[in-house]
Amino acid sequence: MVILRNINKSFNGEQVLYDISVEFEPGKTNLIIGKSGSGKTVLMKSIIGLHVVDNGKIFYNDRDFVSMNHKEQRNLRKEMGMLFQGSALFDSLTVEENIRFPLDMFSTMTEQEKRNRVNFCLNRVNLDNVNRLFPAEISGGMQKRVAIARAIVLNPRYLFCDEPNSGLDPKTALVIDKLISDITHEYNITTIINTHDMNSVMEIGEKVVFIHQGHKCWEGTNVEIMNSDDEALNDFIFASDFAKKVKERNIDQSSS
Amino acid sequence: MKILTEIGKYFILMAKVFSRPEKNKMYYKQIFREIESLGINSIGIVVVISIFMGAVITLQTRYNLENPMIPMYLIGLTARDTMLLEFSSTMVGLILAGKVGSNISSEIGHMRITEQIDALEVMGVNSACYLILPKVVACVFFNPFLTLLSMFVGVFGGWLACVSTGALPSSDYLYGIQYWFVPFYVAYALIKTVVFAIIITTVPAYCGYNVKGGALEVGRASTKGIVTSSILILLFNVILTQLLLS
Repeated sequence: MVILRNINKSFNGEQVLYDISVEFEPGKTNLIIGKSGSGKTVLMKSIIGLHVVDNGKIFYNDRDFVSMNHKEQRNLRKEMGMLFQGSALFDSLTVEENIRFPLDMFSTMTEQEKRNRVNFCLNRVNLDNVNRLFPAEISGGMQKRVAIARAIVLNPRYLFCDEPNSGLDPKTALVIDKLISDITHEYNITTIINTHDMNSVMEIGEKVVFIHQGHKCWEGTNVEIMNSDDEALNDFIFASDFAKKVKERNIDQSSS
Repeated sequence: MKILTEIGKYFILMAKVFSRPEKNKMYYKQIFREIESLGINSIGIVVVISIFMGAVITLQTRYNLENPMIPMYLIGLTARDTMLLEFSSTMVGLILAGKVGSNISSEIGHMRITEQIDALEVMGVNSACYLILPKVVACVFFNPFLTLLSMFVGVFGGWLACVSTGALPSSDYLYGIQYWFVPFYVAYALIKTVVFAIIITTVPAYCGYNVKGGALEVGRASTKGIVTSSILILLFNVILTQLLLS
């Protein structure tokens, strides 16, 4: 479980996050949604310690992350996996080397064990025969899957995904969403996903937190989100004409 | 004030760079990669430039020493001492600041903007140490070999110029390069090389590591890294010369 208590963050005097408190549960896909520039990525980078928060507390299963020193934070990060928006695979390493990098760095496994683990993770994300390829030689969707494989190779307790569907077609995006959701349930991981993709929200949003202009405006499930009366949230969800028509149709059906 | 902030940030980064590596084996592997990428791949340019500079120094000295009172072998001595004292350490240092420096700052800058450095940090890896320390070690270890190579090749280039143009007899040149040899000059050049190697690697690495933005900023960081390290090389050249030769 990851618990945030009264998180505030500012850059050069400009406040970006205001007093955010939320609990992210294990075994669930927790989504942080909001418009571009609302503070989602800053919030996620603050949770993993890439940004230092101005004040507030972050607990990883009762461990206070904010008051840890650098070394302790680095040790805790070994329990985290992260999928970055642009995949962030190491260009100079092959797919296999990318995935085994955390194993080489932190595990005491033998060569054979590492190879087996890499192949298992590649299998888990439905990729075969790409071990020797470089990231530039595979598609964007495959890169995301390799990044997921790298993120789960050390059996993390916490998985963070920043815009996992950006730059992907809707079908591949669904595959990635399903993969993240399956892995979350299978290994009982606390997964936190940043997204502004409403398809992801409806597909896998077991817990959804809406951030608007740095404030937490709403939290609930993907079922509850459709019936919310929060103005900012409705503005965000039903921004397109298509979404507005779907909502009107839902209201008509429920009233008749 | 901004310069002081930059210097402070540079030393904070260096504290991270020169800290204990997570796993020595991974760093050794990385050091050998960097020796190949930054050292062995620089041999070609060092050889080409040194051979031509040795030849030019010899010919220019010859054409400026028309006085019959001055013995011809002094041309060989001048070429040798110029290569030993200045060219092979400082000039090669400046050339490597361009080649190696741009390589380092663009590589690290690209990793920064594509979040690869963040990925290392999230894994629990000290990214500054993992990315920069092997480059520093590789250059500190390998650049002295490049300097020694440049000395030999430069002096050889001077001899080639003598033989091919007939500017002075080969025997005079060969006598000159052996005349009044001061071994400390080699040590002096190697000490300078080690200091320059640290500058060549850490300054562009600092510029690349702190890039914010996109490709344009990576290019700017690369230029800034080269210019800053070149100026620092010249500055430390004066300081070390005063300290070691006075």
